[in-house]
Amino acid sequence: MRTFDYIRPDDLNGARREASVAQTRFLAGGTTLIDLMKCDVESPVRLVDITHLQGLNEVVVSAERIHIGALAKMSHVAGDKAIQSQAPVISQALWRAASPQLRNMATIGGNLMQRTRCTYFRDPAAYPDCNKRSPGSGCSALEGMNRNHAILGGSEACIATYPGDLAVALVAFDAQILIRGDSERLVTVDDFFRLPGNSPDIEHDLAANEMIIAVHVPVVPALKQSHYLKVRDRASYEFAAASAAVGLEFEDDGKTIRDVRVALGGVGTKPWRAHAVEQALIGKRFTERLLREAARHAVDGAQAREHNGFKIILAPRVVARALMTAGGLS
Amino acid sequence: MADRNKLQLRINGRSYALDLDARVTLLDTLREHAQLPGTKKGCDQGQCGACTVHVDGQRVLSCLTLAAQVQGRSVTTIEGLAAVDGTLHAVQAAFVEFDAFQCGYCTPGQIMSAVACIQEGHTGSDDEIREYMSGNICRCGAYPHIVTAVRTAAARLQGDSA
Repeated sequence: MRTFDYIRPDDLNGARREASVAQTRFLAGGTTLIDLMKCDVESPVRLVDITHLQGLNEVVVSAERIHIGALAKMSHVAGDKAIQSQAPVISQALWRAASPQLRNMATIGGNLMQRTRCTYFRDPAAYPDCNKRSPGSGCSALEGMNRNHAILGGSEACIATYPGDLAVALVAFDAQILIRGDSERLVTVDDFFRLPGNSPDIEHDLAANEMIIAVHVPVVPALKQSHYLKVRDRASYEFAAASAAVGLEFEDDGKTIRDVRVALGGVGTKPWRAHAVEQALIGKRFTERLLREAARHAVDGAQAREHNGFKIILAPRVVARALMTAGGLS
Repeated sequence: MADRNKLQLRINGRSYALDLDARVTLLDTLREHAQLPGTKKGCDQGQCGACTVHVDGQRVLSCLTLAAQVQGRSVTTIEGLAAVDGTLHAVQAAFVEFDAFQCGYCTPGQIMSAVACIQEGHTGSDDEIREYMSGNICRCGAYPHIVTAVRTAAARLQGDSA
């Protein structure tokens, strides 16, 4: 690991000032950053520890909006009673991620900044070629062991899967990220994550001197009847082979779908909103047959490589089952 | 700026004055600089749980924590769990009683995780214990006995406080 200066600023403006120097990273839970520094993927010369900053870890659930401070720990938000009752998909996406120890360390802002688990990306010594690490060097995953790689949103430059769970729930419900730079701005979670295209090294809509302050989730009826289903190679403490964040709102008859939200994890290069599935369901009567037909649209445009074709079969099943659970059919 | 840090750390109720390279993790600090080798280094990349310690009462991974990050916080390791007279913590005693290990390498991490798991209230069923102990890998496969030990220790500790 390259050596670095450790800096602990007193306040947010001080932190942003420190971060304006080149090759500086904010350090929060450290669960991604310290790990990637050990792998020699990240090599900052300065770490600005922001975990002591005040006022950035609040969770406030109101009638219109959920506010989650960037420094709130994953475990804290997952266990928040108001989140559990008003937005079960957020609590479930959090407690089904990582391990209890990691969830006690990792923050919400850091969770949004976590980087892919692509084994080629994480191992520069064995695989120097990686367009995400070294733009233009190539991609070892395209013809490599790509069972865990993305079937949606990939390019000839990169097919690394976005690994997180929380952001999948957030894109399903049009959440926004509050960012502090020279001024404050809001960006939708969907826009915050970028497709790899020809520049997979640029993953987020976030400048070097900007900091994530909070996540805002608009409260809609479907958020209360929501669910996160995560299917993976072992029962716990594993990344998703395919996951789905869903929510439902019915008409007064209790059978006709008024609003539905569907997003997928474990299959895309970014958290993947499935608008086509939603459009195929709105206004229709809630039956298993309808769900299974609509869920096929979850993989519209999917492209499999040698080892990840199973995700094209798995993802629609995960979407259908998540909707059945949310709607009380299973 | 200096790439070394003079740190004052509080570990198991004792104060340690250390002068460390910025890169030194809490795990290496405990083992190499504080003469507390009970905390184990397994994967050293946050995947096995062998290095689990408590910081301000919360279970965390010391391999992904820089020593500098815990300045001003209170660290508890496996060495700090038993009473001063050597009486084992209820979880330690249960691990011995139910033979909840084979080689023992993951055991300090398992026990630190189990103590927190019980405090968090995640021992309502064997399934819940398995879910909330999943961050601690045991390559000997002592899991059934670990679940028994955690379940039993939880019942005894909760009985004490009732």
